[in-house]
Amino acid sequence: MDSLNLNFCYLVPEIFLLALVLALFGAAMTKSQTLAGFLVKLCPVGALAAAICAFVTIPYLILDDKIMFFGAYRVDILSQFFKILISLGYLVAWVNSLKATTVREAQKPDYYLFLTLSAFGLSLLSSAAELVAVYLAMELASYSLYVLIPKRSHSKEAAEAALKYILFGAAATALALYGLSLVIATQHTTFITDLSPMDWTVAGNPLAVVGLSLFLGGMFFKLALFPFHFWFPDVYQGAGNETAAYVATLPKLGAIVILIRLAALLTPGLELTDILAVLAAASITYGNLCALAQKDLKRMLGFSSVAHAGYILVGLVSGTPEGLAASAFYAMAYVLMNLLCFWVICRISADGRNLTYQDLNGLSARSPLLALALLVAAFSLVGLPPTVGFIGKLWLITSAWGHGYDWLVIVVCVNTAIAIFYYLSLVRHAYAEEDIPFGGAQTLTLDRGWASSLGALLMGLMVLILGVVPGPVWSVVLRACRSLYVVIN
Amino acid sequence: MDQTSYYPVLTVLTFFPLLAALALAPIKSEIRVRQVTLVASLLELVLAIPLACFKAQSGFQFLETVPWSEDWGLTYAMGVDGISILMIWLSILTLPFCVLCSWTYIGRRVKEFHVCLLIMTTACVGVFSALDLVLFYVFWEALLIPMYLMIAIWGGDQKRYASIKFFLYTLAGSTLLLVAIVALRITGGTFYIPELMQKGFSYNFQYWIFLAFFIAFAIKVPMFPFHTWLPAAHVQAPSAGSVILAAVLLKMGTYGFLRFSLPLCPLASVHFAPMMIAISVASILYGGAVALGQNDIKKLIAYSSVAHMGFVTLGIFLFSPDGVNGAIFQMLNHGIITGALFMMIGAVYERSHSREIAKNLGLGKYLPHFMFFWGLFGLASFGFPGTNGFVGEFMVILAAFKESVTLGLLVIPGALLAAAYILKVTLKMAWGEPPSPKGHDWKDLKKKEWAYLVVPAALVIYLGLAPTGLLGLIGPSVDDTLAQFKAKREDVNVIYVTSPAGRPQGLFYERDLPPDPAEPDRATVPPTSPEPQSQAPAQEAK
Repeated sequence: MDSLNLNFCYLVPEIFLLALVLALFGAAMTKSQTLAGFLVKLCPVGALAAAICAFVTIPYLILDDKIMFFGAYRVDILSQFFKILISLGYLVAWVNSLKATTVREAQKPDYYLFLTLSAFGLSLLSSAAELVAVYLAMELASYSLYVLIPKRSHSKEAAEAALKYILFGAAATALALYGLSLVIATQHTTFITDLSPMDWTVAGNPLAVVGLSLFLGGMFFKLALFPFHFWFPDVYQGAGNETAAYVATLPKLGAIVILIRLAALLTPGLELTDILAVLAAASITYGNLCALAQKDLKRMLGFSSVAHAGYILVGLVSGTPEGLAASAFYAMAYVLMNLLCFWVICRISADGRNLTYQDLNGLSARSPLLALALLVAAFSLVGLPPTVGFIGKLWLITSAWGHGYDWLVIVVCVNTAIAIFYYLSLVRHAYAEEDIPFGGAQTLTLDRGWASSLGALLMGLMVLILGVVPGPVWSVVLRACRSLYVVIN
Repeated sequence: MDQTSYYPVLTVLTFFPLLAALALAPIKSEIRVRQVTLVASLLELVLAIPLACFKAQSGFQFLETVPWSEDWGLTYAMGVDGISILMIWLSILTLPFCVLCSWTYIGRRVKEFHVCLLIMTTACVGVFSALDLVLFYVFWEALLIPMYLMIAIWGGDQKRYASIKFFLYTLAGSTLLLVAIVALRITGGTFYIPELMQKGFSYNFQYWIFLAFFIAFAIKVPMFPFHTWLPAAHVQAPSAGSVILAAVLLKMGTYGFLRFSLPLCPLASVHFAPMMIAISVASILYGGAVALGQNDIKKLIAYSSVAHMGFVTLGIFLFSPDGVNGAIFQMLNHGIITGALFMMIGAVYERSHSREIAKNLGLGKYLPHFMFFWGLFGLASFGFPGTNGFVGEFMVILAAFKESVTLGLLVIPGALLAAAYILKVTLKMAWGEPPSPKGHDWKDLKKKEWAYLVVPAALVIYLGLAPTGLLGLIGPSVDDTLAQFKAKREDVNVIYVTSPAGRPQGLFYERDLPPDPAEPDRATVPPTSPEPQSQAPAQEAK
């Protein structure tokens, strides 16, 4: 722990992403269009390579974690799992923005630069095992997003969204830093492994609990958990579709992985765990109720994300490896189904406008495959079998049951009945509503390229296959979370 | 896999329709889609032949178990016993009729329609053969999607309202079913149903599990206060949708009561039996009375379903062999009869373009063959002796009289009401004056219509005259279920005497329970706090 202990073999995914960042920096600087175009085309290669390298390292991490940079950086199965997700998600985001018309051509390299920088920050975050490192990686990921959101050209809403995001984000960061200072002052360490045996009761160490709560607040802001969600629907609506697809999915992975690492501190019965449970319940219910009233698809998805952030917390409150693994698995499910949903939205709205429910009318006739993909994504978001959303939710509630939070499980299940209405609206408009309003969907141009179909097909199949055969992925995640507990105890 | 077959019958039966649905994808011509689906549905019948080797004995047969996800104890487990075998046959038999009765009825988006039909069959067979709670839930929920699409795309004028209502109601009901499944997993240690059936749970636990099951199943059946989605869905759905809804979907609720509520929560079942019986009688009387007042033929038959399913739940919660056998037989009968009636309504709608009774008067003159079948199924529907409807209803009423004369007398008006509404609609349709003016142009039954009416008609008469064969098939399983049910009741009652964990109190009255042990302060169970499950798992997992 007390040495640099550099082992480049295990840092290859990060190195690939960093190399991409540098290449894109060059692309943004150069005047040559061809060179810039070539460098931009490197992104999918780098992302795939990063994902594959992260995958390859997993078997070598089963026995022991690789700890580097004086204990601040921990390469373990959990971090590699999240790095795979981040790289693949980044790949999808890159394809989404490739055809985006809302970003000016000249600014494309800049756009990719910040996109990649953010993904790089997130993959650092998934390995960060010390609170200051967590803070730095998180800010690296967030600052890039502050730049990405206003890139939607000629859009006042995008500027407004970016401003809101920056102001809220700055406030949340300030609070998190303040909380961090309190934690350092009271517990005298910032290493997560050292923090866990400490006293985390209000009676024993009130300031530490306050500090950790504030620090968690910063995470909740990234996760857009109620009541830290106010920026979220506006940012979704204001940002371009392709940017929203990224903001909605990957940054949450970063927050979740840190929460999973921190959740090992939380055992049921602690006040902090109770706070988490209440926030989860409030977030689920509030998100679903608000989503019911939305007309704009992205706003609806924004509120549904608030609800899903709550679902992910359900696994954390149980305080068992199974619960943490369920959270990690559901995070993957969330990213997958949301990316699929946004994929369809980006393909339908080739000119980058915001869509309403009416714009989906008759989609099953215009593009059967995209309609089917939307159906799969919607029912997976509800949590209907046989999709990954169902299996994820089943494991969340199975792990939470019997640990004193049974009421939370009931809240989760009852909320399915609320959520079904607005997700069903997606399916209803795509399949059952056939009359297209004037000036609505006729003016939309669909992206009918082979990449569009292939992406929808692959992601749709993933949602279904992981829903039917979840075992292999699950055992990897479970092993990752078990080792987390071994490290701490 | 059972030795009697060379392939995993249940898995093949479940997933063959799904494969057929995939095979439909590249086909362009509409008529070819129909033909392929029809051939697939007949092949499905052929594939079901090994099920004829079903032995009249208790316990699950044609078992298939494959580990699914070992970390969570999920197994892919399929199997049939006497309770489910009839339902599987019914699901498979329904498919070709559905294809035939939509041959001309469904004119647009034909391929999607048949894909929905095939996926529904997959889910139906899966629900009745799943022996793992999660697997059961997967099929149970997966069924909603094609059914929703069927109503929402090919439905009538109010399809939006009806389809959303259907989805919301049934999904809201089954959310707590999932909670119950998870609670059973944590407390009982497994999702595997036969293993769970061997376990005894504390009364407190059973109480809440029963309630969670009750909401899900009662909405599906549907029982009296939860029935409002059914008429809307039936009236708006295309005839094939109505047929599957009536023949198979409603049975899932009663099947759930038999498969889960009775074996897993015997004490709670006894405790809630008075309520269940009261609701069943209410369903019988209310459904019949409302059916009598309908002007829409389809709505009339829909409400009659509420009444008929009331007989089924009544039979189940009498806990006597007659009652349960009669209930299962009535499930099959209702599937055949009501399914056939819905197909006939579709046929008459194709001619008159109306489901109003007033627009379909005096058909006896124009459509004699049609009216013959209508009359036959009508007679069977109100339980005329010699038809299969009689056998099931009679057994249930017999069991009711054995339970108490008052209960029997309460049910009798329900049977009378059934005769009244069926005869009313049949009279008007056959000889009503003035006859529908356009009737001259209507052709009597076509070949396809003959095909899908003759088979149910033959079944109606055959099962009516010789029911013992099928009753013999289901008998052993029912006896076994009831014997275990009784044994468990006594078993747990003994626990109550020795350990004063709590004394059940009936909602209406207390039934044959041992006298209250000491500790009067513990006698206030069941508690009214919203989440007592949290304590229940820890207490008595044995």
